[in-house]
Amino acid sequence: MTTTDANSGARPAPSDRAPGGDEPGARSGPAPRDGEPVLRLRSIGKSFGSVRALSGIDLDIPAGKVTALVGDNGAGKSTLIKAISGISPPDEGEMIWHGEPVHVRTPKDATALGIATVYQDLALCDNLDIVQNMYLGHEVTERRLLDESAMELGAKQALAELSVVTVRSIRQAVGSLSGGQRQAVAVAKAVMGHARLVILDEPTAALGVSQTAMVLGLIARLAERGVAVLVISHNLTDVFAVADYVAVLYLGRIAGSGPITAFDTHNTVELITTGRSSRFDPATAPDGIAVRDAAS
Amino acid sequence: MPSTIGSDPSHAPDLDAGTAGAGGATHADVTAAHESASPASTFSAPPETLAEFFRSWLKQVRNGDIGVLPVVAGLVLLVVIFQSQDSVFLSAGNLTNLLTQGAVYMLLGMAEVFVLLLGEIDLSAGYVAGIGATVTLELATNPHNLPWWIACAAGLASSTAIGFVQGVLITRLGLPSFIVTLAGYLGFQGLLIDMINADAAANGGTISVTNSVINDFVNGNLGTVAGWAVMAAIVVAFGIFAIGRDRRRRASGLHAPPTSLTLLKLAVMAAAGVVVVLVCNTNRGVLTTVTLRGVPWVVLIVLGVLAAWTFLLGRTRFGRYVYAIGGNAEAARRAGVNLRRTRTTAFALSGFTSGIAGIIYASRLGSISTDIDSTLVLYAVAGAVIGGTSLFGGRGKMLHALLGGLVIAAIYNGLGLLGLSAATTFMVAALVLLVAVAVDAGARRGRVAR
Repeated sequence: MTTTDANSGARPAPSDRAPGGDEPGARSGPAPRDGEPVLRLRSIGKSFGSVRALSGIDLDIPAGKVTALVGDNGAGKSTLIKAISGISPPDEGEMIWHGEPVHVRTPKDATALGIATVYQDLALCDNLDIVQNMYLGHEVTERRLLDESAMELGAKQALAELSVVTVRSIRQAVGSLSGGQRQAVAVAKAVMGHARLVILDEPTAALGVSQTAMVLGLIARLAERGVAVLVISHNLTDVFAVADYVAVLYLGRIAGSGPITAFDTHNTVELITTGRSSRFDPATAPDGIAVRDAAS
Repeated sequence: MPSTIGSDPSHAPDLDAGTAGAGGATHADVTAAHESASPASTFSAPPETLAEFFRSWLKQVRNGDIGVLPVVAGLVLLVVIFQSQDSVFLSAGNLTNLLTQGAVYMLLGMAEVFVLLLGEIDLSAGYVAGIGATVTLELATNPHNLPWWIACAAGLASSTAIGFVQGVLITRLGLPSFIVTLAGYLGFQGLLIDMINADAAANGGTISVTNSVINDFVNGNLGTVAGWAVMAAIVVAFGIFAIGRDRRRRASGLHAPPTSLTLLKLAVMAAAGVVVVLVCNTNRGVLTTVTLRGVPWVVLIVLGVLAAWTFLLGRTRFGRYVYAIGGNAEAARRAGVNLRRTRTTAFALSGFTSGIAGIIYASRLGSISTDIDSTLVLYAVAGAVIGGTSLFGGRGKMLHALLGGLVIAAIYNGLGLLGLSAATTFMVAALVLLVAVAVDAGARRGRVAR
């Protein structure tokens, strides 16, 4: 078993931040510096009956970086993101959010902290238009009535910030969009509030080549805006195109984690399939930043 | 890949969305600069002129966004058929009769739209309406003789409470609405019979309307001048609202439909109002010695309910959540929508609207009896679906119930004029329902396949 802290030695401790001074949800709050862990997981464990789904998970998710979570089916990727996003809280371990231990018991808790999750099935309403979907659950109201103009402007701005092109009208039903456009709407919806950590579950599954490139570009831009991004993916090409850090899950444990420079296709596949690789040594890898060729 | 589908008329629940324009409300375009794509090549400007708007609307229709087109076409077809068979059909007296006949279907249809939008169904609405009417009539006649408004409030409160209880059973216990309201259909029929038989004022299983105000809901008319004044006031109020909204949108830098289109909609609305008032203000007295003219009160009641519920669905969070739950309940839940509260509220509102329908039903017949029409609720569902509301949730509007109710009433009325039997009426209504659903399914295929 190789349980490695993703950034040990490479990351400064969050002690230079005033604890409690960063009110979750406040857009104006000081954004964490790039590279500083937004969320630290310590010894996270989860069991379903006698099945040990996760054990001893240590992982740091830094701001302004893309962290990829990879692993085979059943390795515990979904269990881990469900634990982080409050859908299915962990049995043991600690979550440290901006240096403060937190308990995320419900999806609401996670949202309140600034953790946004974009699920594989996107959770969009096909019958509502883009604006309505993006503001679903936190509509702008004026004297208890929906303020459509404000929402339309806000949605327009959020999509523009993510450089989402070629959506003809933001008043078209989401059901009429292509897969990549839907993904873009789901991501824009997730980050529109005040998300500091965005979790994307298989964002490029079922997308074509150009759509995939668009979504990868979107992920890169999210990170550029200082958001911590955690991407779950099966697709190693996408991982290498966009990730700064990688964590490999194998049978509920972290088989290996570190900067992207420590990984190549060969040792990543070995880690995913066998849980070990003789060619993987994160300690010697430079703490480099991935070249985001997919971002353009 | 840019999509050429504009906003679907059924998803922009504006007060005016039923008229002329599919998705005219908002055509804002997102064309953020992006290095690798050329927005100019994929970006088509939103319609700025009436002609452009008409072209984009035609495109939407071809793509399967047909809105209320089929039901309006069907209505025109029915009118042509019936008028060619019997010239009485388009007489002032019969048209006014048609409006009052259709009112119950329209109101019950609106009650159904609340639950249909959620992807649920309410089979009990007919008898919930009956109970609301029974409570109202019992309180408004001997021995209580309460004022009409107390009686109506009590009737509406009871039907709302029934809707609420059914909603609680469906949301708390997770029972299918089909079963809960099927039980309601049977149970409330029984309760209705019990209530009427136990009432002192009942005579042979019938409670008569003795309160003149309740009687006037359907049988009373506005004065001819008042009819014109009310119609003008509605059109002007709507015009101020629509033009003001467009102006506000332009002021915030958003696209608004071309002014000529808004004016055209207003003109169509005014024309429809003029026709209704003209028809209703024509003397429809059967005897030459009696003049009977004026817009029936019930027309205003139906329009009022339509406006209130359209506003509720289109401009409030509750309305937005009803559509969201019908579209994707899991997405709504993850967005933090309280599914239980929204669903229960919708069922309670459905019960409330059923209560209004019941009082109108009693007012029109002059009584409520143990053998109220058991097919009422089925016609109400059929009306909403014929009007364009989806049985699968998330798509539809209150206006659909009004148009669909008019179609049902026209079939009833027209076939009655032709002297055709109840058997034929049932079969024709069945056929119209099937055609309406088939048209919708075909359009949806077009929408998906594109």
